[in-house]
Amino acid sequence: MKDLLPSAIKNKEKRSEVHAKLKHQKKLEKKKKAKVREAAEKQALELGEEPPARPIPRTIENTRELDETVCKPDDEELFAGNDADEFSCILKEERTPKVLITTSRFHSSRGPAFIDELISVIPNAHYHKRGTYDLKKIVEYANNKDFTSIIVVHTNRREPDALLVIGLPSGPTAHFKLSKLVLRKDIKNHGNPTNHQPELVFNNFTTRLGHRIGRLIQSLFPQDPNFRGRRVVTFHNQRDFIFFRHHRYIFETKESKEPQSKGKGKKEEAKTQEKVITRLQECGPRFTLKLISLQHGTFDTKGGEYEWTHKPEMDTSRRRFFL
Amino acid sequence: MQHDEVIWQVIRHRHCSFMAKIETGIFCRNPYNVTGICNRSSCPLANSRYATIRDHDGVFYLYMKTIERAHMPNKLWERVKMPRNYAKALEIIDKHMMYWPKLLVHKTKQRLTKMTQMRIRMRKLALKTREKIMTVPTKQKKREARREEKAEKAALLEKSIEKELLERLKKGVYGDIYNYPVDKYNEILDKEEVGKATISEDEEEEEPVIEYVEGYEELEEEDDMEDFGGLAIREDYDNDNLNDDDDGDDDDDDEEENASVAYKRGRKSSARKLAKEEPAAKSNKKIKVQVEVEHEDAVERQRAVY
Repeated sequence: MKDLLPSAIKNKEKRSEVHAKLKHQKKLEKKKKAKVREAAEKQALELGEEPPARPIPRTIENTRELDETVCKPDDEELFAGNDADEFSCILKEERTPKVLITTSRFHSSRGPAFIDELISVIPNAHYHKRGTYDLKKIVEYANNKDFTSIIVVHTNRREPDALLVIGLPSGPTAHFKLSKLVLRKDIKNHGNPTNHQPELVFNNFTTRLGHRIGRLIQSLFPQDPNFRGRRVVTFHNQRDFIFFRHHRYIFETKESKEPQSKGKGKKEEAKTQEKVITRLQECGPRFTLKLISLQHGTFDTKGGEYEWTHKPEMDTSRRRFFL
Repeated sequence: MQHDEVIWQVIRHRHCSFMAKIETGIFCRNPYNVTGICNRSSCPLANSRYATIRDHDGVFYLYMKTIERAHMPNKLWERVKMPRNYAKALEIIDKHMMYWPKLLVHKTKQRLTKMTQMRIRMRKLALKTREKIMTVPTKQKKREARREEKAEKAALLEKSIEKELLERLKKGVYGDIYNYPVDKYNEILDKEEVGKATISEDEEEEEPVIEYVEGYEELEEEDDMEDFGGLAIREDYDNDNLNDDDDGDDDDDDEEENASVAYKRGRKSSARKLAKEEPAAKSNKKIKVQVEVEHEDAVERQRAVY
């Protein structure tokens, strides 16, 4: 019988028939299983309140390749490293961050608007025009003027597409690729940010490299947020993409009626419960960053020591992430 | 025997592999050509006495060819090294090509000038840093874009931000700004959790970096607390209560109002809705989660409307 594999049948019509039949069978099986599961749940609910546990769907985050550099919460070495690294003096509030923003030599279209928004997001940020200075000279200049970091926005084809974050005085240089930039005016119902110092949220920076990058970004902002300003700036890492969002938030109580009676202790059927929820209003730009390379010293492409570079061979596995 | 004329006729009218015809003119690709144009007087093949300047690694050489050596292609071109100094190089050309036709000498000197200028410029440019253009293959670009979209969908950004903020509120990072009775909240949460199905979260090891000052301890705060203490008991939005409350609030609210006015406008409708719901609920509940700032504003606005 040639039905070992549908792909072994040479005749296209026959092969597609067999394939379609197989698919149909699989679909029927799946439906049957789903029905059985639902019936079991319903039964359990009616009888003894013990619905069988639902199987957990498989996601890329669940099946991520094991990474040994993931930071563990009780890692002594990590804390020691944190104390000794370049950001510790800013993060411990010994210095207030002062950021110099500049651009690459050509700067057009959306670039200036983006820079304006960056200035409104990052407190204590200053913009200087690029001129034709070498980047190394700019680093010297910034060191003399006591800046704590430099951000260079690089434009390509009339769109900002790369961000170079250089920590000072001798800090690491991170090169990010910028994409999906949405300016404030293009966001519906956007809010206007105030001058209060924002709260920071960093999600999912798990590995050592991610932790370092997180601290680098954190050192751009002042470390004493003004909670009354209710401004939150989020850097969320998902699968090596860092999503930046800027919101104003507010806590509200929402009342929801619960239609089902749960628990034996409750006597009323319908009970109004108050829940506290957060409401967000987006303000400021949104964009995503992807790390291309992290260099140990300040910007020096020829002689620098790179801690991490993205190589195309790192993309081969869909379940492996580095940040 | 060297018949220049014959050679020229043949290669010009039949075929010369060094000839490159483009829309602006006819050029000669022969490396020994002085001017670079395909001409009767500039063709190195069709002239038995010829001279050029050629450049090896930044050093210029004067190449000369004479008819006496025409039968020995191996030793055809005689090479003289040029000094770095431009004036001296010109003298050398004069010396070697003393009795040569003036046109050729002139063309050689022109070529030397041009090449010197180019050499200066290249050295200056090499000192400056120039941006190198690196290309990314389209396949990679597309792949990245695709993965980014999927990552964005998987990220559930707003939900995770809201969750994080709520956790911080629960932990008490905000201190007493929101007048928040933690234990009652926990009670509610526990009741909720029994019924909720636990959804597996994206990352088990979340590392929110918290490095803030807990609570907001300044003198101002204490004044506020008293006022807020009064507010917390404020029940409904009748006109009777409006006047009493606002006086107390106005002074500490000024700072916040400026900040929040723009923001609040968007929230007007939602605040109003809450205002309607709350009176009904308030009578039953002792649990109030007060968000003073918003209420004040709404109250103000309502007053304006009335």
